Amino acid sequence: MTFVRLLASAVVGTGRFLWDFLVGDTPEIFVAVCVALAAVAVISHHRHSSVGGWVLLVATFVILGGSVMKAIRTSKKK
Amino acid sequence: MLATTTAFPYALVVAVFLAALVEMVEALTIVVAVGHARSWRSAIEGTGLALLCLTILVAIVGPAISHVPLTPMRVIVGAVLLVFGLQWLRKAILRASGHKALHDEDEIYRDTVAQLRAAGQPVGRDRLAVVTSFKGVFLEGLEVVIMVVTLGAQRHQILIATTSAVSATVLVAIVGAIVAKQLNNVPENLMKATVGVLLVTYGIFWSGEGVGVVWPHGDVMLLAIAGLVAAGVWVQIQVARR
Repeated sequence: MTFVRLLASAVVGTGRFLWDFLVGDTPEIFVAVCVALAAVAVISHHRHSSVGGWVLLVATFVILGGSVMKAIRTSKKK
Repeated sequence: MLATTTAFPYALVVAVFLAALVEMVEALTIVVAVGHARSWRSAIEGTGLALLCLTILVAIVGPAISHVPLTPMRVIVGAVLLVFGLQWLRKAILRASGHKALHDEDEIYRDTVAQLRAAGQPVGRDRLAVVTSFKGVFLEGLEVVIMVVTLGAQRHQILIATTSAVSATVLVAIVGAIVAKQLNNVPENLMKATVGVLLVTYGIFWSGEGVGVVWPHGDVMLLAIAGLVAAGVWVQIQVARR
């Protein structure tokens, strides 16, 4: 029983850490990266394998800019 | 091809070294605060225990991750590096443009010392001091472990990545032991921005390869991507300052 509890708390702790690490207070970055990678996968599998790289690069700038602007807007509201 | 991605091992060394340097400088502040407010013995015990746990983590997860098939590993590792790198760059841009306060080691030191002194002196073994320094080092070190494991595993260069992280940790430990105070004159934000650029560069390259992108000129594209990301960050800092 103690082992099961220990295991459960270790799993919960790891899950929390991964959530904080990958999502934390910037869920928009996590979601946008997933969407961008899915879009690039679709583009690349339709024989535009090098175009997908440029799309990913541009998407990265858009994601970063969007997240920075969101943070600035939030800090100005406060 | 993974075999071709060995042309730029120095970037891997620099990324992990700078990341470990930044994180260990932050951890040093906690350890020094514990040493001054409670006892140096407890501070060193907590630090040693945390470093041992981090070493075990690398020893277990490092070899395990290299058994994951190549394509899913590229996507997962690349996506993790991309998300993590973007988080670092976001913070660096906000700090450089004045929208977020710079990391103040002196203030963190004062707050930690005040909290530890308010807890009163223990009778016997000082568990609070050991736990505080353990948590400080372990939590800061965990981010470095993830970088070592992801960057090192993808390139099969765990040993190089680990050596780089250990070198930075030893450097901070030596400087910390000599000055016995927190290090507030380290250009932390610039180092964080540099690490962020490198993480995002590798993240774009590897996750792109994982989802089917064929980069023109192979590894050489890493340099081009790094240059473009750095330029993009500079532009975003200028825009955010307005």
